[in-house]
Amino acid sequence: MYRYDDFDRQLVLERTEQFREQVKRRLSGDITEDQFRPLRLMNGVYLQLHAYMLRVAVPYGTLRADQLRQLGYIARRYDKGYGHFTTRQNIQYNWPKLDEIPDALLDLAKVEMHAIQTSGNCIRNTTTDQYAGAAADEIEDPRPYCELIRQWSTFHPEFTYLPRKFKIAVTGSPNDRAAVKVHDIGLRMHQNDAGEVGFEVIVGGGLGRTPFVGKTVRDFIGKNDLFSYLEAILRVYNRFGRRDNKYKARIKILVHEIGVEEMQRLVEEEWAQIKGGSLRVDDAEIAHYIEQFAPPAFETLSDDDSEFERRKAENREFSNWVRSNVIAHKQPGYAIANVSLKPIGGIPGDATDTQMELVADLSEQYSFGDVRVTHEQNLVLPHVKKADLFSLWAELKNANLATANLGYVTDIISCPGLDYCALATARSIPLSQRISERFSDLDRQHDIGELKIKISGCINACGHHHVGHIGILGLDKRGKEFYQITLGGDASENAEIGKIAGAGFSEAEVVDAIESLVTKYLGIRETGERFIDTYRRVGMDPFKEVLYGDR
Amino acid sequence: MAIVKNDSVIDQEWITLDAEADLPPGEENIIVPLARFKEERETLIGRNGGLGVQLNPGDAPEDLANDLDRLSIITVHFPAYTDGRGYSYARVLRERLGFKGELRAIGDVLRDQILYMHRCGFDAYELKNDDDVSLTKVRAALKEMTVYYQPTGDGRVTAASLRERRRAALKSAS
Repeated sequence: MYRYDDFDRQLVLERTEQFREQVKRRLSGDITEDQFRPLRLMNGVYLQLHAYMLRVAVPYGTLRADQLRQLGYIARRYDKGYGHFTTRQNIQYNWPKLDEIPDALLDLAKVEMHAIQTSGNCIRNTTTDQYAGAAADEIEDPRPYCELIRQWSTFHPEFTYLPRKFKIAVTGSPNDRAAVKVHDIGLRMHQNDAGEVGFEVIVGGGLGRTPFVGKTVRDFIGKNDLFSYLEAILRVYNRFGRRDNKYKARIKILVHEIGVEEMQRLVEEEWAQIKGGSLRVDDAEIAHYIEQFAPPAFETLSDDDSEFERRKAENREFSNWVRSNVIAHKQPGYAIANVSLKPIGGIPGDATDTQMELVADLSEQYSFGDVRVTHEQNLVLPHVKKADLFSLWAELKNANLATANLGYVTDIISCPGLDYCALATARSIPLSQRISERFSDLDRQHDIGELKIKISGCINACGHHHVGHIGILGLDKRGKEFYQITLGGDASENAEIGKIAGAGFSEAEVVDAIESLVTKYLGIRETGERFIDTYRRVGMDPFKEVLYGDR
Repeated sequence: MAIVKNDSVIDQEWITLDAEADLPPGEENIIVPLARFKEERETLIGRNGGLGVQLNPGDAPEDLANDLDRLSIITVHFPAYTDGRGYSYARVLRERLGFKGELRAIGDVLRDQILYMHRCGFDAYELKNDDDVSLTKVRAALKEMTVYYQPTGDGRVTAASLRERRRAALKSAS
């Protein structure tokens, strides 16, 4: 895993000091809230409904044990004993006090972490596949490039006041677990005809009030040229992106309005001028970063572990967990273990201080001190010996962290909604809890199979409802919450924006509506079909009928 | 109002004209918006007295490519600090077109953006504060950070190149 060197360390410390001074200027009244606002946002400090919120960056979703332990400490010391993992692989604290935030940032800096650019109209934290470096289907570990993007984008002097925020996601696997097609820039690693590995560049995807699946501006850019190419895209966006209307300012609108061919022309023209410049990264430097993400010291093992097989056969609860939460590893004898932060009836993505500390300990014991955060708001121990899975599971279970529901109907993405967020128009957490309770029966969940429900409490779509197989958008109609259902969304390599099924449902009706959709699917599915497959085969009408009948 | 350049406060020696204002008869130094420069180019470059151009958001700095050696100053207007187009204009002017004259940020120029402006090639800042406050702000802003990740043509050495030098030194020592 990447370790800071003295340059990285110095930069974060200087930033922390800078923010301490800015907070001091604010608290003493030297600067107004209006003047302070952009400064705090660039450091991840939001003003929410009830309190300040601090959003801490987890670059490309990778944490070391000591970092996760420190996140637990910060939850206890500066918050009410918990944190919330987000769809951007970050963590948010909901109750810090402004005058203590500089100390919290200093505590983060001690473990090589920060809250830089987790808000504001700048390049945000780069996200990637949570199974990077472990997945059996991976072409190459994307994290060395993510780290290079992190550095290139941190305090980029030209791109700190963009028309709007800017999100980059990278996948190193053909099975896209990073939703790269719904990001401002999505990078998909693949091999070209010459056998070199590089990136397909997808631009202008996004959710929010105008969702788009991104479009490819370049099939292949080599690794050495990636950074000049990114700079070319950003310069085109910074110069030509709309600034007259905040809702039309994302790059997706620019791409939509001028068309992908024109976008391509502008980017290529810009890139032609800078590609030979100092942003070209040579092979030696890339090798240096690849080395930093070298695989841990795996033991040479047989892929079959008889003890593991015996435990599965003997313990149904364990085998259920393995079935849903354990994923194939590229190293024989190892597996990827997902730690669900979606207990039945719980708050999606929340973890307590002690849970974080426990997962940190377990990662040291079982996973080379490596932990990942997923954009679906769960945690991952990426490198666990199959022989250790049973002990790991038993310890997770004691801490209510072994819910066997990964990818199932209760593994819901939810934004914080009106319980916390100043922008929300409806609550999303209580709804996700009620859906989770309705479908709590594990056998039934397994029978339903993969079904991604995503809930947003307002049109800004932080809960990714547009790409939920079933998406739920909470709105406000004359002071009452109601929920609009979309169907057929998909965040994977087959990305699709879901379609609105029809009129919204009241808070009282919506869980029944979801259940009727699931019942319909179970009734008409063909063998092996997931909900999304059935929807694609039969279309909206049969589902619309169960929702609205003749209405 | 104060203009800070090269670690000191300088005098305003330029008259900024809008699209319609009459050209002064004498040898005054004038700055005109890009659109006017393009329309009245012959007249303007035929005048005695200094000539500068003001870029507003939406302008193309490339339009000045063939005239940069006639211009002593280019001002880049930031109508609001949140409008970051001027940063790109500055880099294009300095790094691509090779503009060597004064590049002055005007408009909503605030302390916390000055370092970024400097990194993009600005060398002068017009602030709304008085002389002393302006100078103090610019000085503080320029030394707030000492580590830089991006090569921007401002002469600051990036972390990447310092690392490379260090690796090379270690290699030759071993």
